[in-house]
Amino acid sequence: MDATFFMNVISAGLLTGLVYGLMALGLSVIFGVMRVVNFAHGDMMVVAMYAAFLLYTKLGIEPVPALPLVAGGLFVVGYLLQRFLINHFLGVTEHIQFLLLLSVAMIITNVVLMVFGPDARNIQLDASFESYSLGPLVLDKVRVIAAFTAGGVAALLWAFFRYTTTGTAIRACADNPVGARVVGLNVEKLYAITFGIGTACVGAAGCLLLLLVDVHPHLSSDYTLLGFIIVILGGLGSLGGALLGGILVGLSEALSGVLIAPSLKSMFSFGLLILILLLRPQGILGKKP
Amino acid sequence: MSALLQDRRAVLLLGLLAILALAPLAAGDYMLSILITVLLQAYLGMSWNVMMGFAGQFSLGHALYVGLGAYAGGALFVHYGTPPWIGAFAGMAVSAAAGAVIGTLGFRFKVMGVYFALLTIAFAEFTRVLFDHWGWVGASSGLFLPPAPNNSPDNLWLLRGSTTMFYYVILGMTAGAFWFCRALLMRRIGYYWQAIREDQDAADALGIDVFRNKMIAVLISASMTSLGGMFLAFFNNNLYPESIFSMHRSIELMLGTIIGGIGTLFGPILGAVVLTALGEGLTILGAHIGIDGVKQIAYGICLMLILVLKPGGLWPWLRKLLRLEGDGR
Amino acid sequence: MNTAAPMPLPPMLVVENLGKSFRGLRAVNAVAFTVPRGDIVALIGPNGAGKTTTFNLIAGALPPSDGKVVLDGEDVTGLGQAAICRAGVGRTFQIVKPFAGLTVEENVMVGALRHDNGDVEKARAASRAILDLLELGDRAKDPAQTLTLPDRKRLEVAKALATRPKLLLLDEVMAGLRPVECDRMVAILTGLNRETGLTILLIEHVMRAVMALSHHVVVLHHGEKIAEGTPAEVTSHPKVLECYLGEDHE
Repeated sequence: MDATFFMNVISAGLLTGLVYGLMALGLSVIFGVMRVVNFAHGDMMVVAMYAAFLLYTKLGIEPVPALPLVAGGLFVVGYLLQRFLINHFLGVTEHIQFLLLLSVAMIITNVVLMVFGPDARNIQLDASFESYSLGPLVLDKVRVIAAFTAGGVAALLWAFFRYTTTGTAIRACADNPVGARVVGLNVEKLYAITFGIGTACVGAAGCLLLLLVDVHPHLSSDYTLLGFIIVILGGLGSLGGALLGGILVGLSEALSGVLIAPSLKSMFSFGLLILILLLRPQGILGKKP
Repeated sequence: MSALLQDRRAVLLLGLLAILALAPLAAGDYMLSILITVLLQAYLGMSWNVMMGFAGQFSLGHALYVGLGAYAGGALFVHYGTPPWIGAFAGMAVSAAAGAVIGTLGFRFKVMGVYFALLTIAFAEFTRVLFDHWGWVGASSGLFLPPAPNNSPDNLWLLRGSTTMFYYVILGMTAGAFWFCRALLMRRIGYYWQAIREDQDAADALGIDVFRNKMIAVLISASMTSLGGMFLAFFNNNLYPESIFSMHRSIELMLGTIIGGIGTLFGPILGAVVLTALGEGLTILGAHIGIDGVKQIAYGICLMLILVLKPGGLWPWLRKLLRLEGDGR
Repeated sequence: MNTAAPMPLPPMLVVENLGKSFRGLRAVNAVAFTVPRGDIVALIGPNGAGKTTTFNLIAGALPPSDGKVVLDGEDVTGLGQAAICRAGVGRTFQIVKPFAGLTVEENVMVGALRHDNGDVEKARAASRAILDLLELGDRAKDPAQTLTLPDRKRLEVAKALATRPKLLLLDEVMAGLRPVECDRMVAILTGLNRETGLTILLIEHVMRAVMALSHHVVVLHHGEKIAEGTPAEVTSHPKVLECYLGEDHE
């Protein structure tokens, strides 16, 4: 295990981390604007992964071109979910809201289980076997593609919130829902759009993740928890924090995978979560409540 | 009038207990194992209820205590032949210690609400992976309890025996838990817990030691749950970290109480009945469709319906319907 | 209880040089006053004067940045809410905080269970007595959330009284009450003070109540004490008249 080996492990971790970051972005956006903890986001990602899987195996569309389709589809799902179900639960006790999304998660996971069965599925692109050489580094082509696409989507999202009218309106709602209503913004619709954006992010991440891992129905709980770890690490409600958290978790996963036993890496992640919750619950880039 | 109502509830309860006590005379092993499922679900639900319903602390990682109790009793039995009733104390001690750690960290660091729930999940998952790698308890291959030789008599002390024996054990545990919870609610601590649950700040201003009372709830809840874990270990004779510490199990043990009514005495029992009936009904109806998936979907829909229509649970509604209201439990 | 004590009993509350800063903002500065045993003292002043902050410093909801709070001769500075309650202070909240899931009677029992070794039946009896005093006796078995605001305000007082405090702190207990309700509350409090010698410190905007209740008034403005005296003295004090005194909510 020399320096080159570690550099490769680190760079793989960084790249994967960007995809994780994109997934966590979705979670963070939803929480940042509506204070809803989307416990079903891992499940939505799994749905996206299966969708991407179907698009490739049935229609031959590769995940990256399929991304707009899948993300769009998940946007609609999220929009409808928020508009017709979650909206009514915005003001209620925290644990009831949490349980509601839990029930959504339960239903989605098991529908997926029934439709696709419990076995893992994966896709093999030509690119899956190729790699780029960057000096001493050997980077998997798919990983690079996934990471750059994730970065691109994140940048688009940032631009959306910064420069478009809707994006600004959403930020207004996040800061002050009552004030937003007073100036005539349709808060319900904006919330629904926000939720849709959140699930679209998760959908995009799912598409990309299919390039890197196999999909099976029980992946959802793993990624829901991973999403939370990232978002709490980086700071709930902070977009930069989600990306940063994603990268950090990707890194720590990669490193702990080689330094400690691979199966212990989730233990490491949970230990990290516990520490963060105790010491700095607002995360690295989050604001103190 | 109130005394009469009290009597009515007591009569119904005793009647129910009598019927349950006599059930093995009429019911076969299959029916008995369903009843065992209901009772265990009710027992675990009541244990969770102490922490969530009485003291208002949302634990989403209660499987931790189930697992610790199960493994403590199971491993001690497998390695040293320790009788389960002794091993149970070890289990309760370990679970209470785990609860103490979670509670102290959570309450001292002011981790509340959703964050607290995530903290509990993190601890449960951490422990799951830990046990997956711990050779002494069998790691991920699991721990297996030696079954009693065929046709040997029921051994209550070692918990090796027939379904009927296990039935009476869990019936006793559940009845005991019910009586215990009722007693707690009627004493000072019950009032303090409810005050803390309703408004922690106001409780603090009334001189209540919030931290201490929350911790007591956690310790009691953790210990009670671990006993249920021990029962599971000896009833199933096998243990896997994947299944006993899983989030799936944490969710499962909460569902009954949520459906029945968090914070009520009868809620967990009613919820257990509803869930098991639903599960068995589905098993009978659709044995050929991917059965596990359908059951979970049904549970998910059930949960959603309750949250949307009757977030307080079915028991308060049923209680009103049957006009069984006594002191509001 | 002292019988033939050579030394006089200390005042119920002594506030010395009390101060509180919030990130550079000096909310309360060098506030000092005394609440004699068995008296009713009102803390008044315009909005933003620092009354609520001072109140919370005394009640233990906030730790002071400087100064001392001495309750019945005992230094309670910096102790938390629960400890100060155990030392003998009962407080109400301006935005009332009933225990919604409990009945009226149970709400009061929570406080009463501090005494008699937590005996539930004795607490119930004590609770009944207090509810009767606060004219809520007939609502004892009703869920607390069904109470109207004036009733909730009286429940709030009942809860605080259940802990058998030496000093009762009332935070704008008249706010939102109609004059009739206000007079009723004044009568209850005056009666309580007269019968049991309970010392009361209240923040109030409703001058009608302040004039009727208090033996002594302390005026705060911009976080500092600007005047004190009897109600009559204070309402004719030039400094007090100068600043916004507080509307008469008729």
